[in-house]
Amino acid sequence: MSIRHGLLALLERGQMYGYQLRTSFETETGATWPLNIGQVYSTLTRLERDGLVRALPEHDGGQRPYEITDAGRAELAIWFATPIAHADRPRDELAIKLALAITTPGVDVASVVQTQRSSTMRTLQQYTRLKKDGAELPWRLVLDSLIFQAEAELRWLDHCEASLVRYVPPATAGDVPAAQAADEITGSKR
Amino acid sequence: MSVLELRDVHRRHGQGATEVHALRGVSVSVEPGEFVAVMGPSGSGKSTLLNLAGGLDAPSTGEVVVEGAVLGSLSRSGLARLRRRRIGYVFQDLNLLASLTAAENIALPLELDGLAPRKARPLAEAALAEVDLEGYAERFPDQMSGGQQQRVAIARALVGERRLVLADEPTGALDSQTGEAVLRLLRAKVDAGAAGVLVTHEARHAAWADRVIFLRDGVIVDTSTGIGSAEQLLEVSS
Repeated sequence: MSIRHGLLALLERGQMYGYQLRTSFETETGATWPLNIGQVYSTLTRLERDGLVRALPEHDGGQRPYEITDAGRAELAIWFATPIAHADRPRDELAIKLALAITTPGVDVASVVQTQRSSTMRTLQQYTRLKKDGAELPWRLVLDSLIFQAEAELRWLDHCEASLVRYVPPATAGDVPAAQAADEITGSKR
Repeated sequence: MSVLELRDVHRRHGQGATEVHALRGVSVSVEPGEFVAVMGPSGSGKSTLLNLAGGLDAPSTGEVVVEGAVLGSLSRSGLARLRRRRIGYVFQDLNLLASLTAAENIALPLELDGLAPRKARPLAEAALAEVDLEGYAERFPDQMSGGQQQRVAIARALVGERRLVLADEPTGALDSQTGEAVLRLLRAKVDAGAAGVLVTHEARHAAWADRVIFLRDGVIVDTSTGIGSAEQLLEVSS
């Protein structure tokens, strides 16, 4: 997602100025994505340049409200209608780390898994505590999303652990005498 | 004083070649107002731990202490009395008696313990109100949804002076919203001063606990206390 679409969605409800946009954005997403006011203004400037929002005359207090344009509404409609592509998400460092741990000599993979599991569990407990304290539906759904992601990671870690138990590392050239390795590679028998 | 304490508990089943070591030196204590979840793969010893904690099974070596009483030192009848009075159980299969109403199901353990029905009844009704089931006293289990039945089971588990609630996959067949309501309820009971132990394979459910214990092959391999602020976490992750 981009901040652009977040701001467009908020402006669809009515005109707002920068500070209001920032506050609403954080309220709706439960501060999972804190914005600084500079980001809000630079995004508004680009949206205005692209014809998606329009700046209105300043209030007496010096605040300049913005409103969404028809082009902005069209852009927003496309965003809501388009699924988020998985390829747009960052690569999973944890998966890469575990894959490398298995083949790196001297790494205790089981302990890498357990360390991560405790950490992810702690994260899950903390999200759940926020939920327990009571939250409005939009924020609750954001929290649920984080909870389900953490849960999926824990399930995957369980799966990794179970797979590790059955894993027999393939013999590599470094593990066997060179002559024997050479035989295996060429398929010859002594 | 801890409500529950397991001291270096071992549990072996069978003998010789067929011996299975279900728990190997597990020590855990649970304080009033504390909710502990136990996680681990099948065969890791989760259910054995819960059965020992509830006095439904006895350790091969080590001690199980509930509210100061060493279970192994109690007579059969003493143990049965302690189980009836002090320990509440919530299982996946609810074990509600189909021929009894909600209120009668809840009052049953109190009446078995010698309380007159007219005294047990108001306690049962209060317990139903606590789980948001006022007006359901006369319903039979088959007249209630799965979630409502599970709430009756929780009310029964905590009616009277019970201070220790043991739950084994209590959200088993329930949908995610109803399952969450059950966990909220257990959590609220614990926050009100009970001690809770939850066995589950669902991390999302275990996350309602203050402490999550990971069991592997009968040994505690790690504990997560969930200490730290989520707000901080959110800022870091953004």
